[in-house]
Amino acid sequence: MPLLTRRSRRTRDRDGGEHRLATRRSPSRKPTSGPPIISVYDATVVYPGGHVALEHLSLEIGRGEFAFITGPTGCGKSTLIKMLIREIEPAAGTVQIAGKDINAMPADRTPYLRRRIGTVFQDFKLLPNRTVYDNVAYALQVIGEPRSQIRRKVPEILRLVGLQAKIHNYPDELSGGEQQRVAIARAFVNHPPLLLADEPTGNLDPETSIGIMQLLYRINRTGTTVLVVTHDREMVDKMRRRVIALEEGRLVRDEAAAGYHEDESTKEFAARVRAEMGVGDEPPGFEH
Amino acid sequence: MGRIVFFFSEAFRALRRSAAPSVAAIVTIVITTLLLGVLVPVLRASESKATEVRDQIGLKVFLYRDSTPAQKEALEKKLNALPHVTAADYCSPECAKDELVSRVGGDLQDGIKELNSNPLPPAFNLELDSPDNLEAVRSSLLPTNAAGKPTPISSAIDPPIGENREEANRIREVTGAVKIVLLVIAALLLVASLLLVANTIRLSIYARRREVEVMRLVGATNWFIRWPFMIEGVIVGLLGAGFAVGILLLGKVTIVDPLADDFALVDNLSTMGFAPLVAMLVAAAVVVSALGSGITLRRFLRV
Repeated sequence: MPLLTRRSRRTRDRDGGEHRLATRRSPSRKPTSGPPIISVYDATVVYPGGHVALEHLSLEIGRGEFAFITGPTGCGKSTLIKMLIREIEPAAGTVQIAGKDINAMPADRTPYLRRRIGTVFQDFKLLPNRTVYDNVAYALQVIGEPRSQIRRKVPEILRLVGLQAKIHNYPDELSGGEQQRVAIARAFVNHPPLLLADEPTGNLDPETSIGIMQLLYRINRTGTTVLVVTHDREMVDKMRRRVIALEEGRLVRDEAAAGYHEDESTKEFAARVRAEMGVGDEPPGFEH
Repeated sequence: MGRIVFFFSEAFRALRRSAAPSVAAIVTIVITTLLLGVLVPVLRASESKATEVRDQIGLKVFLYRDSTPAQKEALEKKLNALPHVTAADYCSPECAKDELVSRVGGDLQDGIKELNSNPLPPAFNLELDSPDNLEAVRSSLLPTNAAGKPTPISSAIDPPIGENREEANRIREVTGAVKIVLLVIAALLLVASLLLVANTIRLSIYARRREVEVMRLVGATNWFIRWPFMIEGVIVGLLGAGFAVGILLLGKVTIVDPLADDFALVDNLSTMGFAPLVAMLVAAAVVVSALGSGITLRRFLRV
């Protein structure tokens, strides 16, 4: 099978829901200038002990894209994220971020790579003994941001994620969705060109998940490439974005968005997904 | 500037949170520093005393009590002519008696004074240019004759030729043993301090693993992550050294200073000044705690 599969095909045919041919890979709204933000060529990751987490994986993600990585547990999704932030290095193959081979950089440049990539995780990774404000500010402090910048940026980003009212609350006083919003705020406070989200809705109910996805979409609309790892197939299908499926460390499917609404506003997006998933205030529009 | 404030506030936050291991490390550093603070001046003093005695080493050439003044004068010339001899002082029986009286104390002094006759022999005290030439001078005083027997250069000399070396050797042996024991204890305590600081930092890293994880994710540099831990370790070291110096100062003011006033002995010993001692102790505590932190950071904080 070709290493880079970009096929047009019917996305859903088991329940007669959507039958639309996908012909475009990435939105034409954002011109992709320069090299793709992520290019992985023939990467193989072997963990100590011999477990092969990724095998000859190749994929490219263009600037401004919103893409999903799906697959069952243990398929190598999280390994891929770790490889992209140089937490682990592939045994073979290359990983390029914005055209630069990250594993060829000296090790002491890794922190600067990570400043250009926002990361969000299923377990939020918030500091429990700090307020919402301090959690976000902490991310700026530790990269040596001046205090004036921190005072300006933190309230701004918290407004973007809709938490301006909870600025002085501690994480355990927030709901799961709100905690994830804090984590997204922290990841996005520096407006990195790339945002990686590892199961961002894994701990959340469907309604909250839609809110988080809406937020990620809003971030994507600002020009940031968003790569979401999830095993929530339903959500992926409703989002109608590019889907890259992994299985046992191999790429088994790379589908362009089916019925992609490139000019859909975040509100329209949320309303549509809610309707399609049958959650929230909107009545379910149709059976699925 | 903002960074330095951040480092210190993080370090103090960590110290407050993990008080128990910090206290253990601080107490060990206090004990180690105290011991070093007592040990170093004592060792310096005993060293200087031993050197003093060693410098005084000379030879004592006893004469027969019935030797004539002519023999004595001839011998004095010969002695002064010997290589390595810087001075030859004649000490008559009376002089020997006075010296004895000055060396013993109390009742015994009166006893010696009451003696009717003086049993002590006259002697020449030889001062040498260096204690190392002791044997050379001794053999030139007692050259071997044809029969292979050592014979004095003058018939007035009453062999054997004595020396006050034993005294110096005994001081050396005693102080040497004490020195080794104390140095071993000090070394063990230094290692213990180092390990306890290392352990404190290790616990601190564990307590703050979430912070470390977040710092790594958002792209903090290695040294940005390490500095607060390093500072935490050094603060532990400084606190320990501070307490120890306080106790030492108290001991100096209440015990050593009054003693030095009463007895010339304590004052006479050339020990080191308090300020350089304190500087040395604080530097040692900081180095040990920084090393302890550094070792742990290298092992447990691979960024």
